Amino acid sequence: MSPPLVEHNYMGPSGALSTEASSPDLRQTELRLGLPGSESPERKQLTLELLPPSAKGKRGFSELKKDGGPSGDNLGSQGKEDKCNKGKLEEKKPTGAAPAAKAQVVGWPPIRSYRKNTMAITPSKNKEDAAEAKQGASCLYVKVSMDGAPYLRKVDLQTYKNYRDLSTALEKMFSGFTSGGSAHVGPTDLINGSEFVLTYEDKDGDWMLVGDVPWEMFAESCRRLRIMKGSDAIGLAPRGEKSKIRN
Amino acid sequence: MKVQSAMFYFPEEVIEHIFSFLTHHPDRNTVSTVCKAWYKIERLSRCEVFVGNCYAIRPDRAAARFPGLRSLTLKGKPHFADFDLVPPDWGGLAGPWIEAMARSCPNLEELRMKRMVVSDESLELLVHAFPNFKALVLVSCEGFSTDGLAAVARSCKSLRELDLQENEIEDRGPRWLNSFPDMCTSLVSLNFACLKGEVNLKSLERLVCRSPNLKCLRLNRAVPVETLAKIMNQCPNLEDLGTGSLLADQFSEAYVSLISALQKCKKLRSLSGFWDASPLCLLAVYPICANLTGLNLSYAPTVQGQDFINLIQHCVKLLRLWVLDSVGDKGLAVVASACKELQELRVFPSDLFAAGPATVTEEGLVAISTGCPKLNSLLYFCHSMTNSALITVSKNCPNFTRFRLCILEPRKPDPATNEPLDEGFGAVVKTCKNLRRFSISGLLTDQVFYYIGKYAKALEMLSIAFAGDTDQGMTYVLNGCKNLRKLEIRDCPFGDGALLADVTKYETMRSLWMSSCDISLRGCKALATKMPSLNVEIINEWEAEMEENLNNGVAEVISNNNNKHINNGNDERKVEKLYVYRTVGGPRTDAPDFVWTL
Repeated sequence: MSPPLVEHNYMGPSGALSTEASSPDLRQTELRLGLPGSESPERKQLTLELLPPSAKGKRGFSELKKDGGPSGDNLGSQGKEDKCNKGKLEEKKPTGAAPAAKAQVVGWPPIRSYRKNTMAITPSKNKEDAAEAKQGASCLYVKVSMDGAPYLRKVDLQTYKNYRDLSTALEKMFSGFTSGGSAHVGPTDLINGSEFVLTYEDKDGDWMLVGDVPWEMFAESCRRLRIMKGSDAIGLAPRGEKSKIRN
Repeated sequence: MKVQSAMFYFPEEVIEHIFSFLTHHPDRNTVSTVCKAWYKIERLSRCEVFVGNCYAIRPDRAAARFPGLRSLTLKGKPHFADFDLVPPDWGGLAGPWIEAMARSCPNLEELRMKRMVVSDESLELLVHAFPNFKALVLVSCEGFSTDGLAAVARSCKSLRELDLQENEIEDRGPRWLNSFPDMCTSLVSLNFACLKGEVNLKSLERLVCRSPNLKCLRLNRAVPVETLAKIMNQCPNLEDLGTGSLLADQFSEAYVSLISALQKCKKLRSLSGFWDASPLCLLAVYPICANLTGLNLSYAPTVQGQDFINLIQHCVKLLRLWVLDSVGDKGLAVVASACKELQELRVFPSDLFAAGPATVTEEGLVAISTGCPKLNSLLYFCHSMTNSALITVSKNCPNFTRFRLCILEPRKPDPATNEPLDEGFGAVVKTCKNLRRFSISGLLTDQVFYYIGKYAKALEMLSIAFAGDTDQGMTYVLNGCKNLRKLEIRDCPFGDGALLADVTKYETMRSLWMSSCDISLRGCKALATKMPSLNVEIINEWEAEMEENLNNGVAEVISNNNNKHINNGNDERKVEKLYVYRTVGGPRTDAPDFVWTL
């Protein structure tokens, strides 16, 4: 198995991956995009909440505000403010998750997009991924932004098979920005219990919480992703608040 | 040279006649700088102009300087745009160029464009403004549809060449083929292989029937074997053929006609396409293999294993071969034993997600180098490479002018020794004195750049990714490669020190691209201040994105108000994408909001 790609931490000394945060406190506040119940014992339970697929269809922000929290069966009556790892769905850790969840590097390998797109719709012999490759005619890069991080990332949704792969990949991608002292977001913001929530903008331009719909439907309709602070996710943050974060 | 004083007495026509022997455009550029008289004579008699960066000069100025222009070649986006590293709407618009030419250069006959954005309206203007228009070649372009092609077909009375290579074309139906005039066409070359949609087969057959001069024809995937056979029967003089879909049943009429048609085309030298090729149809191709000089199987994943071997062993005169890595080291070994004249080899990865087993390794490459000593151009995707293989390859093939090796996993060391690949790539630059283009990969330290700077004196284009340790690496290259024209770097730890090590160097180059490196806004500003003859552009999608978010996700057109972003904030911010190029055209006037010119 090949070693995972090394992420560059742009804010700190080059080459250093900031999963080894300098202080124990910061490590605890590391961003972790984990599905409910997934393991990572060293870290504090600062997890990205991916809601389990719900039969209720799309759930927009306004609905959440009214309900005061997710209403999936397994979560009972807990609100979003609660710690994520209580009573969550147990997720089996998929075998061989590492290759599929490899953080996607934009533009690598260096093959012209025309060739990539054309080959994606050409069936190949003896390849298990042939079905996967046929799914879309083109690479589907969506921007991923995270509140407070200085850079956008891009992911190709078609390289992931399910929400778990996506969240693991995003976790790797953005782990560098939450510890090691990002200029935009101070440690105190993270410690003060703002969980991160993964949201996406769909074809209609609405911002939805990731995890509501089946994966295929999500992959087809997702235009871009945004990792928001949990506190912002209950409706749109006031403009002033966002400027504060930015500065 | 003392000739100048003698030439001073020659009439202009004589000097012009002498210049007409200079076909190499750098030579013409040079003579134009000798004196005013020569500048004037040269510019009025110039027929071909090559603009390697469409933003290096304003279209109006180029058009005004060369009113007699017949052929224009333009390149737009930076090379890394091929790999999605440049956001859409970055620029590279063909419109202003076509408009400028329409105003000043009525004799335009040929337009070749690469990585530019062309609209249907521009194509309309093109064919109406230039009565003698003959050749349109578009490579990796976008922004137009089959309606634009219809306009070209309809209005261009003397069209000889319509060559569409790997463009993103919006398909609005097959009717465009009907738009060619009813009488005989002057078509010599027609390539629509990149069109994704259906084609009106009857129209195609009729078009071929009334195009007696056709030498090069590349069809798209929608054309079946029956039509291919009919077409080939009409064009026994075809030299270059791109097949459509090569699927046929053994005893079908289509298959039988294909065999007889292929045998008639005695002049066929180049084959491509092979979409969905069945082994049976490959059999039909064997009789013509012996004369082939070019073969492109890179879109044919079905041609592998024994099928490939059976085909390639007949191709003894092959000069250019493009394949997928699914042919394996075994397939490459057969190439090495059969294709002794081979000059160019490209091996593309068949599994883009890199999850499958390795199918070509360093063994295949070594075999090729042993069997094909005339090899001078290589593009090779593989899962791993060793230093000793690279050293052997360079010993066997000292004539490389283009050497591009892509190890699919970034920063992978030599698996035999666990060392970086510095020595292997170093051997290539040491031995191949004529190396003009170089792409490197795998685990690499500053040492490889030391070698490149020291030995790669003819190098013009260098592409680097995930390599190097310190600023010194990039500095070696800038200091040593005196013929360097294009330098593109991604994901390397080069910072402001490297960027500013030799700022005047960039004036001698066409462009520099750096993305995901360690440079800061401060460094880029310093560069811009020191070198006003360069455009120092930053592509920053993030800031534009933040602006959008602030406005509740409503995309707002932000006018190119650079000061707002550039001077408001921390100069230590890292710059994600930098594009620097020399220009006499000043800052871009068409830059989108995410491109900041410093």
